[in-house]
Amino acid sequence: MKITINGQSKELNDRSSLHEIITQFSKDCSRVIAEVNGEIVKSPVWPSTTIKDGDTIELVTFVGGG
Amino acid sequence: MKTTHTKMHDTPFVIAGKSFSNRFLLGTGKFKNKIDLAESILASETEIVTVALRRIDLERHEENILEYIPSNVTLLTNTSGARTAKEAIRIARLAKESGYGNWVKIEVINDSKYLLPDNNETIAATEVLAAEGFVVLPYMYPDLYAARALVKAGAASIMPLGSLIGSNQGLKAKEFIKILIQEIKDVPIIVDAGIGSPSQAAQAMEMGADAVLVNTAVATAGDPATLAKSFSMAVAAGRLAYLSKLPQQKDIATASSPLTGFLYE
Repeated sequence: MKITINGQSKELNDRSSLHEIITQFSKDCSRVIAEVNGEIVKSPVWPSTTIKDGDTIELVTFVGGG
Repeated sequence: MKTTHTKMHDTPFVIAGKSFSNRFLLGTGKFKNKIDLAESILASETEIVTVALRRIDLERHEENILEYIPSNVTLLTNTSGARTAKEAIRIARLAKESGYGNWVKIEVINDSKYLLPDNNETIAATEVLAAEGFVVLPYMYPDLYAARALVKAGAASIMPLGSLIGSNQGLKAKEFIKILIQEIKDVPIIVDAGIGSPSQAAQAMEMGADAVLVNTAVATAGDPATLAKSFSMAVAAGRLAYLSKLPQQKDIATASSPLTGFLYE
């Protein structure tokens, strides 16, 4: 399936969970915040959140800032 | 000889019911490396630092900045990158979701040349987020009407700019910040942006600002930790000067030595 993560188009396995996707792209999941199609998805439900073809995911974290 | 002077006791610096003993706030952007940041936090003994929220880098697994910030330091997430109230609200909600607190520095900027804050959008975002239970510290252009509106909207503090972000120009907005200090009594005033040297930070505190936030000057110094400590000391010194009821500036001289009892009289 084809999804968009942080503005980039990615080809991923069908029926991947949000948790599987986040662990693939982040070393430290505890500091990642996720949005799927514009809605915040809380970390306890990442494993049960199935990502579908065409979904848009935003993964953000804290960085230095003033 | 007996002296009667006792140590000056300051009132605590309180934001939204939380007490702080250090009035120097540090921004965490632009540091060459995270060790410099960690050392600057320790050297300055700052108790509040700002952070930003960005997309994770999908190609590189970077170390997270939070690993370099002690857990007893209060995190203030800024909404940098937001151009509207709506975008600032979205960033604040995302930050809250992380579980790292609900303190947010509203920063809404439309202009890429001067990076001036949009007070109207900032007021709108403050109203929504304060109602949702966020502790809202809005970064603002020092305008009295906007400051009053922010307080009414539920801001826990206001953060007027000293001068342009990252400019090291110091207190260009001094006279307008003075008006805010005179008129806004319900929430603390934290001078933010443009403070480039400890003397400028001390000056803001002497005027009666409650705290000062610095980022660029420290982060880009040759020795960030030493400058961070210097800023923290300058903020404390400026605060003491303010509490001492600093005498006002005059246009004419007044002699320091007695004007009687001269030898030739």
